[in-house]
Amino acid sequence: MSRARAMFAVLLPGIGSAVAVTVYVILLLAVESQAAIAALLVAGVVAVLAAARFGGMARIGRSFAERENAMNLVIILAVLAVTGFFYEDHFILLLMATVIIYVIACLGLNLQFGYAGVLNFAGAAFFGVGCYTAAVLTKNTAVPHLLILVAGGVMAAVVGSLLILPVLRTRSHYSAVVTIAFALLFKIFLEVNDTLGGPQGLPVDGMNVLGWEFNDDIEIGENFEIAFYVNYIVVGLIVLALAFTFVRRLERSWVGLNLDALRLDETAAACFGLNITRWKITAFTLGNFLTGVAGALYAMMLGFIAPTNFTFGDSLILVSIILLGGIGNPWGLVVATTILIIVPEKLQVIQEYRFLLFGAMVILILLFRPEGLLPRPLRTYLPGWQPK
Amino acid sequence: MTGAADGLLVSRDVSKRFGGLIAVDSLDMAVRPQEILGLIGPNGSGKTTFFNVVTGIYPTSGGVVEFDGKDITDFSPQAVYRAGIARTFQRSRLSLSLSVFDNVMVGNHMRLDQGLWFNLVARKDFKRQFEENFERARDLVKVFDPPLADRMFEAVGTFPMIDRRRIEICRALISRPKLLLLDEPSAGMTHDETKALMDDILEIKGRLEDLTIIIIEHEMGVIERITDTCVVLNFGQKICEGPYREVAEDRLVQEAYLGIQ
Repeated sequence: MSRARAMFAVLLPGIGSAVAVTVYVILLLAVESQAAIAALLVAGVVAVLAAARFGGMARIGRSFAERENAMNLVIILAVLAVTGFFYEDHFILLLMATVIIYVIACLGLNLQFGYAGVLNFAGAAFFGVGCYTAAVLTKNTAVPHLLILVAGGVMAAVVGSLLILPVLRTRSHYSAVVTIAFALLFKIFLEVNDTLGGPQGLPVDGMNVLGWEFNDDIEIGENFEIAFYVNYIVVGLIVLALAFTFVRRLERSWVGLNLDALRLDETAAACFGLNITRWKITAFTLGNFLTGVAGALYAMMLGFIAPTNFTFGDSLILVSIILLGGIGNPWGLVVATTILIIVPEKLQVIQEYRFLLFGAMVILILLFRPEGLLPRPLRTYLPGWQPK
Repeated sequence: MTGAADGLLVSRDVSKRFGGLIAVDSLDMAVRPQEILGLIGPNGSGKTTFFNVVTGIYPTSGGVVEFDGKDITDFSPQAVYRAGIARTFQRSRLSLSLSVFDNVMVGNHMRLDQGLWFNLVARKDFKRQFEENFERARDLVKVFDPPLADRMFEAVGTFPMIDRRRIEICRALISRPKLLLLDEPSAGMTHDETKALMDDILEIKGRLEDLTIIIIEHEMGVIERITDTCVVLNFGQKICEGPYREVAEDRLVQEAYLGIQ
C-alpha cells in the first residue's frame, strides 16, 4: 500500500503538469483573438518560470526520470485528448500532425547533431527526399503504403551516403558547410527536374492501409464526422513512439556512449579504439532514415509537394528546434517543435517575421541558455537501475 | 644499453620531424616487462611527441616501434589500443559533461559488444554486460578513491583535478592494457595531491603485476620514488639512461636541465 502511495507521489507532479499543459494547449489552439493568444503565451511563460523558481520543474523531471513508461503513456493520452477535443477542426489537427511529423524528423537530426556532433543543415532536403519518394511510389507503383514510409527513410539514407565522404573528411564547421551546399543544391535540382514535377511539384496519394483511406473524413452514424487528419495523428504517434524508443535505446547503450565520446574528443576516442568513421556513418545514416520516414508521411498527408517546401530556411527551422529544445534531449524536441510550429500559426501577427524571431531566439538561447530549454540529463543506461 | 630483445616496447631509431624541426631524433630505447620507466627531459625535448608516435596519433618519420614482439610502427590509434597500449594525456582529455562511469567505459571499448542488435534490441543481454562492467569499473575506481566509487553517475566536470586524473588513469586501465603511458600525471596538482596520486599508481602496480608503465614527469621527487629506470631526452635525442640516482649524477643531464655549457 505504501509502495503504491510512494509511486503515486512520484507520478503526481508529472501527471498534474501533463493535465495542465493539455488544458493550456487546448485553450491556446481554441482561442482566436490575437490579444487573447498573446496573453495566454505570456501567462504560459510566467507559469513555467514560476514553476522553475519553486522547484516544480525538478519534481516534474523526477516523474519523467523515475516513471518513464507511465509518463510516456500519459503524454500519448494527452495528445489523444487534444485530438479528441478538436475532432472536426481540420486546421488544428493538421497543425498537430505537422508537429508530430516534425518531431520525428528532428529525432533524426538529434541523432546526428546532438549525439555524434555532425551538424546537418540539410534536414529539410532529406525530409524532401522522403516526400518525393512517397510521391513517386504512390503514383507509379503498388507498394503498400506502410512500406513507403520505410522506403522514404531508406532513400534519404541512400542519398545521404553521397554526402558521407565530404562530411567525414571535414570537421565541424566545414562539414556544416557541405550540408548547406547540399540543401541549396537539392532545391535547385528539384526545380529543374521535370520528371519530378519541376517548380510545380508533384501530387501524392493519401495513405491507404488495408483499404482504409486516410484522406477521407471518418463518418460515424448520420451526422458525426471526424476530420481525416486524425488518421495521420494516430499513425504519426505510432511512428513517433517507435522512433522515440529507438533513439532513447540508442542513447542508453554503448553506441550512444561512442557517439558522445567521438563528439567530445575524437583524438581521445580514437586512442581507445573507437572507429570514428564507422560511428559517424552510423549516426548520419540512421538520422537521415528517420528524417526520410517523417517526410514520406508528411507528403501523403499533404497530398501535394513542391520544392518550396524544402528550402534552406526549413532546414534552419529544424536546427533551431534542436538548439531551442536542448541538444541531445528528445523531450526537449517535443517542447521546442510544439512552440516553433504552433506559435507562429496561431499568432498570425508574427507569421511574417517568423524567421527574424527564430533567428533572434536562437541567438538568445546560445547566449543565455546554451544547453537549451530542457538540458540533456546524464545518461541512465537502464531506467530505475540502482547499483547494489 | 638495454638489450632490445627483452623489451616489451622497443623503439629502434625512431624519428619524428615536423618540417625542419626534429622532435624525436633516432631514438633507441626499450622498456622491460613489468618495470616503471621514467621518460624525462626539459620542455620540448620530445617526450609527448614520442607517446603520440607510439600511439599512432602521429606517423613516424623513420624507425621501427615494436610491442610485445610485433612491429606496430604506424598502426592506427585504434590498433595500438587493441594491441594493449593505453595512455593518459598531458592536458586531461576527459569528457567533462559525461559521468565518471561513461568516461571509464570509453576506455573499455574493445570489451563491449558494439553491435546494433545487441545494444538496441537484446536489452537483457545488454543489462548483464552493463552490470558486469559497472562492477569492474567501480572496483577499479575504488582502488584509487573509495568515495569516488559511490559517485559513478555524476558528471566528471564536477570533480577536482586529482579525481579527474584518477578517472583518466582508470579509463586507461579498465581494458587491462599491458603497457600504460602516463603523460605528466602531476600537471596542475599540488604537492600533496601528486603524492596521493603516486601512492595510487604504486598500489595499482602492486595489484596488476604484469603492468608496465612509462611515465613522463617533471617532478623529480616522483621520478625518484616510483621509477625503476629512466630515459633522459634532450632536443629529441636520448642523452642518458639508467636508474634515477645515476641519471641525476650525469653531467650531460645536469647541463640539459640547468643549461650549463
